[in-house]
Amino acid sequence: MTHAVVVEELLVNRGGRAVVRDLGFTVPRGTVTGLIGPSGCGKTTLMRSVVGVQVVAGGVVTVLGLPAGSAALRNRIGYSTQSPSVYADLTVTESLRYFAAVLRAPKSDVSRVIDEVGLGRHAGKVIGRLSGGELSRASLAVALLGSPELLVLDEPTVGLDPVLREELWTLFHGLAERGVTLLVSSHVMDEAARCHRLLLMREGQLLADGTPDELRRRTESTDLEQAFLRLVREREEAVRS
Amino acid sequence: MNPAIVLATARRILAQLRHDPRTVVLMVILPSLLLVLLRFVFNSERAFSEAAPALLGVFPFAIMFIVTSVTTLRERLTATLERLMTMPIGKLDLLIGYAIAFGLVAVAQVAVAAAFALGWLGLTISGSVWVLLLIALLDALLGMALGLFASAFARTEFQAVQFMPAFVMPQVLLCGLFMPRGQMADVLHWLSNVLPLSYAVDALTQVTRSNVVDGTLVRNLVIVAACALVALLLGAATLRRRTP
Ligand SMILES: Nc1ncnc2c1ncn2[C@@H]1O[C@H](COP(=O)(O)OP(=O)(O)OP(=O)(O)O)[C@@H](O)[C@H]1O
Ligand SMILES: [Mg+2]
Repeated sequence: MTHAVVVEELLVNRGGRAVVRDLGFTVPRGTVTGLIGPSGCGKTTLMRSVVGVQVVAGGVVTVLGLPAGSAALRNRIGYSTQSPSVYADLTVTESLRYFAAVLRAPKSDVSRVIDEVGLGRHAGKVIGRLSGGELSRASLAVALLGSPELLVLDEPTVGLDPVLREELWTLFHGLAERGVTLLVSSHVMDEAARCHRLLLMREGQLLADGTPDELRRRTESTDLEQAFLRLVREREEAVRS
Repeated sequence: MNPAIVLATARRILAQLRHDPRTVVLMVILPSLLLVLLRFVFNSERAFSEAAPALLGVFPFAIMFIVTSVTTLRERLTATLERLMTMPIGKLDLLIGYAIAFGLVAVAQVAVAAAFALGWLGLTISGSVWVLLLIALLDALLGMALGLFASAFARTEFQAVQFMPAFVMPQVLLCGLFMPRGQMADVLHWLSNVLPLSYAVDALTQVTRSNVVDGTLVRNLVIVAACALVALLLGAATLRRRTP
């Protein structure tokens, strides 16, 4: 099994509208795959479908060889939601200790993940009193508990300074080298360049799928932002003609 | 069901409460203060003794309803529920964890209120204090389970708070606290017969007046417990792993 995620003809309706349409792609194991696209294009919806909390209207999502949402997957996936999902009235340590208990992860994991996201100095602080960036790292830390084979991270680096972003991307690549698969969403193009593979999304559909180099070459662009804009224009012309 | 996860959940909720001492003080002390107020409003030990037992059931019911519906709604709104639903936790693990944590708070609440009423305000009961505590605990669990169920229909915390008059007040008005149920108009009497709080208040009244544990008392307790269980299962059905 070389693919961690296989999505075929996915269709998702939200608020009476098809927000993901006829989407298909694969995510190879041990890679960092970036999910890039403008606000509202369906990134979160797609990630929710992969972790199995989204009601889907059609298509097949296979994760680690099993249908998405299978009970057997529940301690093999780490998911970090876009809005921080930790208990604001607990300390960082207390919150992580609870999730570690649910995942039956070893107790030592709590201090490990606190170090990995650089929250060592704030471990005993109540989460509600953390800054925005600290809060999102506290939420990211939960996804790192246990030993997930697949990490689905919805905009994990939003609101972080360049130094912290650099540290987290180093962490992500280190995990991928150990065989963990990462699906990371972002709408920052300079982060896209750090992914092994990119899925470019727009209005619920897949615009392109390939390595950053491939995408640049195909669109004859020097940077990914330009590549993305060219792909959008190409698609619009194709639709018109 | 996984006991370790149930206990971790109960411990987590108690830890959340520990960080919010004002809420804890309000939950544990407020019913007692209201009983004191009531005692002086009635200005007669006999009239107070008539009404107080029922209130010992009504307070934990109403307070647990509101605390649970807000807590659960918060869990839904902050996406911690979404995250938990991707993890190996059963819905009942979560709900029973809630029940244990809030049940413990309810015991503290009722014990303090009962100590005030019995020790200082002149309430006398003929039956066992333990049965009184048991009924109050069942009431608290019933309120908790209904609150959990109601939270599924609220989109905002404002709505959740408004459900308290909608779910709780009719039961309080019809449970026999203000007017004996037998003297109500037929329709109202029938309505009070299908509302679980009525049975809790009947049981509390009986414990006050006599020390016999008879079939009626046991039946009333079973009805309250069964309603709490049904509400808990309904609440579990409203927790969905997949949402639209
Ligand atoms: N709970 C919901 N009910 C109805 N429609 C929704 C809901 N959540 C999202 N949508 C709609 O679905 C579409 C895709 O939303 P989604 O959150 O997946 O976008 P996104 O790519 O993650 O955006 P962003 O980058 O802003 O996070 C949007 O048009 C949004 O309005
Ligand atoms: Mg999103």
